[in-house]
Amino acid sequence: MSLLQIAWRNFCHRSLSSILTTISLGLGVGLVVLVLAVYGVISDAFTRTASVGYNLVVGPKGSPLQLTLNSVFYLSQPIENLPYDYYMEFFSQPERAEMVKRFGGNPELGERPGIFAPYVTGGYVIPLALGDYFGEFRVVGTTPDFFEKLRYGPNVDQPFSFSAGRALQGFSAEHSYFEAVVGSRVAGEMNVGVGDVIHPTHGAPTGHDHELGFTIVGVMNPTGTPNDRAAFVNLEGFYLMDGHAKPIENDEADATATANSETETEDPAADIDAESEVEATDYKLISIPQREVTSILVRNGNMMFGPGMQVAINEGIRAQAVAPIGEINKLMDAIVGPLLTALLLITLITCFVAAVGILVAIYNSMNDRRRDIAVMRALGARRETVTTIIVIESFLVAIIGAALGWVLAHGAIALYSERIEQQTGVRVGFFSTSNYELLILPLILTLSLIAALLPAFSAYRTDVASNLQK
Amino acid sequence: MTEILAITNLVKTFSQPGGGALTVLNIPSLKVAVGEQVALIGKSGGGKTTLLHLIAGLLVPDEGSIRIAKTEITRLSEQGRDRFRAGSIGYVFQTFNLMPAFTALENVKLGMTFGSGRRDSSRAGDLLERVGLADRAHYRPAQLSVGQQQRVAIARALAGSPKILLADEPTANVDPVSAENVLELIRNTCREEQVAMLMVTHDMEIASRFDRVEELDTINLALTGSHPD
Ligand SMILES: Nc1ncnc2c1ncn2[C@@H]1O[C@H](COP(=O)(O)OP(=O)(O)OP(=O)(O)O)[C@@H](O)[C@H]1O
Ligand SMILES: [Mg+2]
Repeated sequence: MSLLQIAWRNFCHRSLSSILTTISLGLGVGLVVLVLAVYGVISDAFTRTASVGYNLVVGPKGSPLQLTLNSVFYLSQPIENLPYDYYMEFFSQPERAEMVKRFGGNPELGERPGIFAPYVTGGYVIPLALGDYFGEFRVVGTTPDFFEKLRYGPNVDQPFSFSAGRALQGFSAEHSYFEAVVGSRVAGEMNVGVGDVIHPTHGAPTGHDHELGFTIVGVMNPTGTPNDRAAFVNLEGFYLMDGHAKPIENDEADATATANSETETEDPAADIDAESEVEATDYKLISIPQREVTSILVRNGNMMFGPGMQVAINEGIRAQAVAPIGEINKLMDAIVGPLLTALLLITLITCFVAAVGILVAIYNSMNDRRRDIAVMRALGARRETVTTIIVIESFLVAIIGAALGWVLAHGAIALYSERIEQQTGVRVGFFSTSNYELLILPLILTLSLIAALLPAFSAYRTDVASNLQK
Repeated sequence: MTEILAITNLVKTFSQPGGGALTVLNIPSLKVAVGEQVALIGKSGGGKTTLLHLIAGLLVPDEGSIRIAKTEITRLSEQGRDRFRAGSIGYVFQTFNLMPAFTALENVKLGMTFGSGRRDSSRAGDLLERVGLADRAHYRPAQLSVGQQQRVAIARALAGSPKILLADEPTANVDPVSAENVLELIRNTCREEQVAMLMVTHDMEIASRFDRVEELDTINLALTGSHPD
């Protein structure tokens, strides 16, 4: 018989106590694994979200976290807006002139390059207009660039793909400016698809309905990013919605109106498709002074310009620029991390208590087994051998308990994997393990070794001659 | 005659609970020949068990030598004695011999687990058959009668192919009929396996059947006439 068999026999002989100790350890390990899995899922979800492609978010002065929550996560209370001419500062002189021509506004704006334009060269600038809801989901007014330029995934190289339909267009003959693309969760939970018309509500999930509807032209595939729970609408359509144009004084409105109509006639080759041009004129786009953006996603062509631009923007009085990855990591470090660490600590204490349980269980059995030990010694077993048997017994509890806990935890994870993926985009299965989990077995083995020390020492010291007499 | 066991000038002293030392054994000479079966009789408290423990290397004498085959076990380290015991000595106790967690067969196997000698797994089964318990191989000790338990213990003591079997009143707790069976079994098996035997007994009738009877009270010079009883 091997020592393992002997230890296993002892384990089985005291089955009730063994099973109870094993279960308590199993529950402890299960909790640790679960917390680690949650930790893994959350940090994974955070990294996925942090892999946004753009390196700066520019928004009105205020809390950097709130700007990030709004722009990256589409969460938190809506924030103030930035005037459109601030957004224009990120563009070159010809592009600005183009905007003035198309939308109407102070012609001087088109005569100089944007202050921040040189920083951006080679990168991209994507505006977001927030504030509306579709059901409980945020409506995001943006430009087609959002889908063309942004990437996601761990390497930030996956373009958005569609389970149905297509991306937003600047203008389409069919729906003019009133197109929408919905994230996968929005489509699922609101039960909408391509062809459906959505009516955003203003200001809050329960706000009043806008009369204008946006026709859904695309449903995105799940990305595991907050984009899954957003509805994207054409920024121009967003502005044309009731109450979205910033109120301005009358003469200014007139001036822009004229400028606008001039644009249409003088320059037929606007930013939009030539064939849609005719229909585009049916809608009068609102003028620059009436326009606002909530935040601006910026990717510097040369990443080295990022910090410089951030400083330049933050020195101004109107706006702030934040690095979303930094904010996300800060959020992770400041709130989620400590919480999970606390949880982990508690569960580790559970394991420790379970290990004490092993100690008590084995130690209590020492009185019964002193004679067994003496008999084994009389059969030629060495002190070290009987000691080893005790340690193996403790290891058995540890390994079986750890396996039990692992299976329990991963069973639970597998059971909820679908929901986890829906909510976070992180795919988890029965066998997906975090690296930390690999540390559990050595940890538990160490704990059980420590737990076995006292009884093992007592086994080592067992006097053969006197215990054979009992 | 070739000796399997040769004891010379053996002295064993225990420290007393009240202080002072008590010399339990002082044996100038005791020898057992190869294959010989010797009965050891003596008063209760006379030191019989202590003597067996010394021979098995479970206790260390204060003086003297114990030679088994060619090995002077008093010179061995504790580990050396453990190893020697596993390979050369079989031990049958008065009672409570078996490990309760193990089946009869496993108990017999335990007898050859700790030695470095042969681990022929069929030997355990053979021995069980020899003691007439082949059909009880998978019973736990608690499911066996005391006599059956003692037979398993004999099989186990022989499992490691010892040179000498030490038996400490193996029949004391068994009813007379079983005692008779156990005694015959242990003697026959030792004879077949060519194992020498030193058996402690109270029973003069049993002792009389042995090749030789040693009276501890005679060979032990310690405490003669003075030990409390
Ligand atoms: N560890 C010990 N410490 C002190 N005295 C001991 C110890 N072990 C045995 N003795 C003493 O040694 C003497 C011999 O004990 P032993 O058990 O060898 O007697 P025995 O001949 O086997 O008696 P019995 O026939 O009753 O089993 C006893 O007086 C006992 O009190
Ligand atoms: Mg005795």
